[in-house]
Amino acid sequence: ELCFQFGLELDEITSEKDIISKEQGGGKAEGASDIILYKIDVPANRYDLLCLEGLVRGLQVFKERIKAPRYKRIMPANGGVQRLIITEETAQVRPHAVAAVLRNITFSKDRYDSFIDLQEKLHQNICRKRALVAIGTHDLDTISGPFTYTARPPSEIRFKPLNQSKEYTASEIMDLYRTDSQLKHYLHIIENKPLYPVIYDSNGVVLSMPPIINGNHTKITLNTRNVFVECTATDITKAKIVLDILVTMFSEYCEKQFTHKCNFLCNMLEKVKPDLINKKIGISEKPSSLAKLLTRMCLKSHVTGSGNNIEIEIPPTRADIIHACDIIEDAAIAYGYNNIQMTIPKTYTIANQFPLNKLTELLRQDLAAAGFTEALTFALCSQEDIADKLGVDISSTKAVHIANPKTAEFQVARTSLLPGLLKTIAANRKMPLPLKLFEISDIVIKDSTKDVGARNQRNLCAIYYNKNPGFEVIHGLLDRVMQLLAVPPSKASGYLIRAAEDSAFFPGRCAEIFAKGQSIGKLGVFHPDVITKFELTMPCSALEINIEPFL
Amino acid sequence: MATDGPALAELLLQRLERAGGGGLGSLEAAAALGLEHQHVTVPVLHSSPVCSPQVIEAEQRSSKRWELTPEGKEIVQEGSHEARVFDSIPAEGLPQSELMKLPSGKVGFSKAMSNKWVRLDKNADGGPRVFRAVESVQDSVREKLQLVQQGEAESLEEKDRNELKKRKLLMEVIIKTYWIRKGSAFSTTVTKQETDLTPEMLASGSWRDLKFKAYNFEALGIMPESGHLHPLLKVRTQFRQIFLEMGFTEMPTNNFIESSFWNFDALFQPQQHPARDQHDTFFLQDPAEATDFPMDYLKRVKKIHSQGGYGSQGYKYDWKLEEARKNILRTHTTAVSARMLYRLAQQKFTPAKYFSIDRVFRNETLDATHLAEFHQIEGVVADYGLTLGDLMGTLREFFTKLGISQLRFKPAYNPYTEPSMEVFSYHRGLQKWVEVGNSGIFRPEMLLPMGLPEGVSVIAWGLSLERPTMIKYGINNIRELVGHKVNLQMVYDGPLCRLDS
Repeated sequence: ELCFQFGLELDEITSEKDIISKEQGGGKAEGASDIILYKIDVPANRYDLLCLEGLVRGLQVFKERIKAPRYKRIMPANGGVQRLIITEETAQVRPHAVAAVLRNITFSKDRYDSFIDLQEKLHQNICRKRALVAIGTHDLDTISGPFTYTARPPSEIRFKPLNQSKEYTASEIMDLYRTDSQLKHYLHIIENKPLYPVIYDSNGVVLSMPPIINGNHTKITLNTRNVFVECTATDITKAKIVLDILVTMFSEYCEKQFTHKCNFLCNMLEKVKPDLINKKIGISEKPSSLAKLLTRMCLKSHVTGSGNNIEIEIPPTRADIIHACDIIEDAAIAYGYNNIQMTIPKTYTIANQFPLNKLTELLRQDLAAAGFTEALTFALCSQEDIADKLGVDISSTKAVHIANPKTAEFQVARTSLLPGLLKTIAANRKMPLPLKLFEISDIVIKDSTKDVGARNQRNLCAIYYNKNPGFEVIHGLLDRVMQLLAVPPSKASGYLIRAAEDSAFFPGRCAEIFAKGQSIGKLGVFHPDVITKFELTMPCSALEINIEPFL
Repeated sequence: MATDGPALAELLLQRLERAGGGGLGSLEAAAALGLEHQHVTVPVLHSSPVCSPQVIEAEQRSSKRWELTPEGKEIVQEGSHEARVFDSIPAEGLPQSELMKLPSGKVGFSKAMSNKWVRLDKNADGGPRVFRAVESVQDSVREKLQLVQQGEAESLEEKDRNELKKRKLLMEVIIKTYWIRKGSAFSTTVTKQETDLTPEMLASGSWRDLKFKAYNFEALGIMPESGHLHPLLKVRTQFRQIFLEMGFTEMPTNNFIESSFWNFDALFQPQQHPARDQHDTFFLQDPAEATDFPMDYLKRVKKIHSQGGYGSQGYKYDWKLEEARKNILRTHTTAVSARMLYRLAQQKFTPAKYFSIDRVFRNETLDATHLAEFHQIEGVVADYGLTLGDLMGTLREFFTKLGISQLRFKPAYNPYTEPSMEVFSYHRGLQKWVEVGNSGIFRPEMLLPMGLPEGVSVIAWGLSLERPTMIKYGINNIRELVGHKVNLQMVYDGPLCRLDS
């Protein structure tokens, strides 16, 4: 229930064995020996809720059990600020880097695991599988600054990678991890670059070769007291967000809670008018209670001036807040969505149907009344369906091609409704004959006059499958459709059919349909090759027309 | 003996009358009347116009009986194979090769040998020759079969019966018999009953004096021949109806191919967003790129992404036109909503309510409830000063029309709405809250670059068409509903779609 209000999804409550589960700490102290695990889905933009520390902190502030922490940057007592020097070679491969130090931290097994887990979650999410940002964490006491972030040819980089017993060159490292179930997914990010990114300390010790692997030398352990965190990136904004999240979450375990040294950490101040908040949500709260609501969302707020402004302090953990509407949402969440009075907008409008859909709806009803059953087939299909199986070459169709289909079923958008109906019959061969099916739906064809180079076309297709071809049945259906559309059979102003050739149809058993002075489609008895290719055994006739000229 | 209906029935009824209240068995009745049993079975009797279920009642029983196989019958007539072989051997014997040519030769010879009725002289002149070994034989097989034919199979020893069964001369058959009793309207006098009214009866008025055979109201009628509408599209029709009742105008969604610009960028969805990944979205190879954009608007979109503006910090990244140009199969109909809202912004603002129900495409892993294409239902309201309460109120009205009254709202995240809320309804069957839709207020970063006035809010919600349809029609596998693997019987048998009942 608490999760629901806060916008979290309690996926399932499982046993302790479920390693990726998280404990929900609403009422309990975290780390309680509760063996029940709660699997929780957090909103995709709330990176601060990805670890237990942040989640518990967020919920406790929400429930007003603790005050929202204020994150601070501190200078090291001994004066020496660590520096990370970025050389210009990195521009060719991974141009950005930011870093911070967590001082006097105390790890336990649980904390350490959570620290590693958060990095992994960030890597998968905002870091886009390390392509945008990669995180490296190091035991600061094993190295000495200033640090250098540079890029070197793979052959010149040589170090002992994390948890390995000997030194390798960068090229060897790539080979080494080619079969690693985890790391192999990241190799492509730098593999074909002439230079690989690498971070050294002042003595030439390799900290890491981002985004692949850290060095073993700087490995952090449960006894590590000072952690050097670096984020290398192709997107500087995301690198700052990631670094901020990591250090704010784990500064809880520093001697001076919520303090650390870092490059970017800052609280931003925003001002929002209470009026606007009330108006957007549809409530009428006093400015002071709005400020209180926001404070519960870790957005420390107070009323300023004569009460017509609320000043909000946005902590570095909340990179998702980029506009006043994000603040308004937090106020609404704290107020409780389900406490908001529901109202009906006074917006007065006259409804209109989309004419093409209106015509489609009317025709569907009458086609069913004419004894045909409606099918609903896929808009995507294989090249074979619309080309080979109908006896035409794919290049002669105006088909739109998909670049990244996972299977052959999604190679093209259909250029005809016929294959879908033929496949529907093939899948229902056990049903009593005759089978009479229809579909009114869109096909897609290339059209260079459109902004995207393609357009839909609304087609009507019907098919008759029985022991006899039933051309007269399909022909009769065409006559009925034309009757419904008030188009008379006449050469001058009505519709007519004229013998035609089409590879899908049996020679001499195919006609082209003309209406409104244009060709609108064809009808005929399928060619035996088509019938066989669609795994059918009976004669079959069909009709397909474009209905857009009848609008 | 006549076996036509009335005559037979009358005889049977008379026998039944004599048998009294206890009734009689159909087998005995048939034997007594000299009929084949099949003429006395109840289906036959009840189909006779005189013996309705009210006249006679019958109870089905079954009994076992031994019968001769066709071969067994032949043996009763002609003698057993071995006897026939014995009979055909003259005193001077017969060459084995000739014996084997006889119809009973093979089987008869081996049996006759094992009975020691005949002997084989392999060294005779002109090849092996068969001679009689005894003077005369007793054909016990034939005798036993004769007993069976006379209905005295029980007098045979079981071992003999089994032996004959093994030789496929006897078979055990189960016969369905009936125990026939007088019915509530029993009478021995037979009145001929008419099947149905005819034009002649109406013309002559004879219907007044005729008795009519009772209808069997237990049986089903004959289904009318007709076509059928597809269940998913029946539900679509209802959703359209609901939107129209609520004053929403239908959007032109007949464009499956969309540019990334309208599908993502216009909605303030950043270019590195996972939804824009190859794994989630179908990109086009041909035509690969869109060529035509409203350039002023595009510049404003680029600025809001890369630098911010309109009170927003933006996403601060390097926005690329190439990404926006990429053609895709639209992943949501909200791309069309964006086009409609942009169009709305190009004229003097008037409030608008839009809806659409159409196909969208996702390059996802398929399972029992997910396909690569599905239908999205979407509603949009644009007006000055719309609130979150207005969104919830509109949703309440919409879902009430679907027969869903208990609603709850959960905070959620969506890149182009803020605030965002997921809609849950209480499912009585599952006894839990289930998600029924997603909703929110479009972000200012989406609306203001379009040119909509600052005070205008746009509320929107969406849901899939497939999910409520599967719940409504109790379908577990989406492939039975959508696509060519549809179960046509399900389409034929589907009820009306009444969402509120």
